[in-house]
Amino acid sequence: MVMIFSSLRLTADHPLPFQQTAVFERELCKMYHKEKSIQIKNSASALYNNLSVLRIAPRRLTYFTVVHANVVNMVSASWDGLNYSHRQLQSKEPNVATSTSLIMQVAFCVLPSRDLLVVTSQKGIQIYESDGSIMVYWHALDTSDAPTAQAVFARGISAVWDNYICVGVSSGAILVFDVPSKGSNITLSEVLEEHKEPITDIASECSGSQECIADLVSADDGGNLCVWKSGKEFQLLNKIPGFDMSCSSVKLWKGIVVAGYGTGQIHLFEAVTGILHAEVNAHARWIYSLDIAPFSGLLLSAAEDSLVRVWHLTVTPETNSVEVAHLHNECVTDTQICGAKFCDGDGYAFAVTGYDLSEIIRYTQL
Amino acid sequence: MSVKTLPLVFINLGGEMLYILDQRLRATSTSEDNSEKVMNDIVGTLFSKTFMDELLKPQQLYSHRTLKTVLTRLAHASIMRLNPASMDRLYELTIMAFKYQVFRCPRPKDLLLISYSHIDTIRELVKDTSVVVNQVDETHRKIIEVYSSLSEGEFQLLRQTLLIFFQDMHVRVSLFLKNQIQNPDGRFALPTSGPVPHGIVVPGLIRVFDSKGREVRRSEFPAGGSYSSPVREGSFELHGDRVISLGMNMYVLGGTVKSTKGDGTPNPLAKEELNLLACLIGSLKAENMPRAEYGFRINLFTTDQEEEEEADGTSDGAEESMFGVINIQAMQDEQSAAELARITGQFAEEEEQHENPSGNKGDDLLAMMDDL
Repeated sequence: MVMIFSSLRLTADHPLPFQQTAVFERELCKMYHKEKSIQIKNSASALYNNLSVLRIAPRRLTYFTVVHANVVNMVSASWDGLNYSHRQLQSKEPNVATSTSLIMQVAFCVLPSRDLLVVTSQKGIQIYESDGSIMVYWHALDTSDAPTAQAVFARGISAVWDNYICVGVSSGAILVFDVPSKGSNITLSEVLEEHKEPITDIASECSGSQECIADLVSADDGGNLCVWKSGKEFQLLNKIPGFDMSCSSVKLWKGIVVAGYGTGQIHLFEAVTGILHAEVNAHARWIYSLDIAPFSGLLLSAAEDSLVRVWHLTVTPETNSVEVAHLHNECVTDTQICGAKFCDGDGYAFAVTGYDLSEIIRYTQL
Repeated sequence: MSVKTLPLVFINLGGEMLYILDQRLRATSTSEDNSEKVMNDIVGTLFSKTFMDELLKPQQLYSHRTLKTVLTRLAHASIMRLNPASMDRLYELTIMAFKYQVFRCPRPKDLLLISYSHIDTIRELVKDTSVVVNQVDETHRKIIEVYSSLSEGEFQLLRQTLLIFFQDMHVRVSLFLKNQIQNPDGRFALPTSGPVPHGIVVPGLIRVFDSKGREVRRSEFPAGGSYSSPVREGSFELHGDRVISLGMNMYVLGGTVKSTKGDGTPNPLAKEELNLLACLIGSLKAENMPRAEYGFRINLFTTDQEEEEEADGTSDGAEESMFGVINIQAMQDEQSAAELARITGQFAEEEEQHENPSGNKGDDLLAMMDDL
């Protein structure tokens, strides 16, 4: 079993065959251990999905972004653990020196042609080159229509297909931006108006060449989920109603929607039909972050209860069944976790942020 | 973010402030009349219709500077006077208490129960003055009306806005350290045990369903904590058992209150002014005031020496001379008004430079308080 693990470590980008999955499940005792944390300039704010990770294999670097109030803390970490460089981005309108606003979420968007960094705030949406060096696009939120009694902000970010970036808004609308393969000629292509409550999170799968029936899912504060097919005109494939409880984090994998809720539960639905495959009473408090390692089917969940859990998902199309197995727990003492992401497609390593914590905690497989 | 934070912020911070004042008024054997007057004046202002209506307007949360200024004005609505050092300490303590309550709030919606707990205790403090009690009740009804319909998601946004506001504040409070709700590094304890919040299920179960919705398998996993079933839900009505203890008066159980400096060394200010946080006699000179209207001075916080004696158990009702009360200079009414005007002017300027270009985030409230 140890030999199989070693071979997994050396080649990080291949899918995990089914037999090795069974081996994985037996190694329950201690699957991950804590690595050296990365210190960041400010503490993380209590926001959903407050960690984004971009792995840049050719340069042997990983970027991490964490939101602190109106600032994005960006760290670039070399794989050998020797070099760390920091950058801070502020959310502000271009050419307006003094306006800053609170940031709701930051995420890397990986498209076939380019990687971008999207920052969503109370004022609008900023898109940067992935190293944060240049802002290529600014979209101001329209505050005139919204009734003043409600907060206005953008939240929920995902790249989808070849050339789209989708961003959610507090009104429930989803803005679809068309992104050229280079340059700053990003345009608003479509506004999807299906949700009635603030968007919390958006996720996609099958970017680039793969064909999927559904490639985008969006979630809102009422727990409602919408499943879409991207294109020149996005198509709504399914609407899965919520149960009056916020869905704070959502993922899409092999046609399965994985949704985390304020009740601490995780639900797994078949995206196109809305059939509930599984329900996990995963956490004792509000879930703040979910992530999936697409090559291995590992699922990461993190909540305000200070726990991070690793699960394994198995999808069997022949029997149309889904299995969920629990693999590992990590407790970040006295910390309400706000972000948790795998650092690679196999789930060999993951990183965690917590409210009021000025570090990114990392764990790697033994 | 949330535009509905202010009413809850003032009820909870105001409540904590009143708990501390009440405890200190009792501890220093201030006359009943004076105590009652202080409480009635502050509560009457805080729960006045005009004050609350101003807070209820949808708006962003104030900055710390503005909030402290408004709370100072609130405290000065009574015959009691606080010097800036006292106010700083009082502000820190109330902020840390509220931060703890928001942090440990079981469900975002329970922010309301915490607020109602504060209102309940405030009502008790002024129970002998029916005019003020009525004001409290009216405001309470208004709060119930405005907040009862918010969704859990909106409450979480409100809570997240407050948590951002409290971020990076780790002032250590001796009462919290003693009760082990705060660690020596200033971070709050978050146990992985105890009852789960109402509406949440104890973690540990995985259920798998078939395409017809029938459960086909269930399995358990180790949850890594020792959680138990939820207790009953607290009441969201005008009166009722709030059930959760957050928001209740921690100071009545004999805990004294002191904030310690972050690095553990004694506050140098305390060394110079043995009575670090003395309150002052009312601002008017004796000849300008009718005798009956004398303000009074209270020791808001114990000195280091008093605390040591308590710890040693050798406290013997220390005489005044042992901890030498030092008066920080009395502020005249004119001076304090000028001071406030200066502060107001100062932060009005600052606000213009701030992220919110509307720049009058608290000006309206202060101006209105002048009229009260």
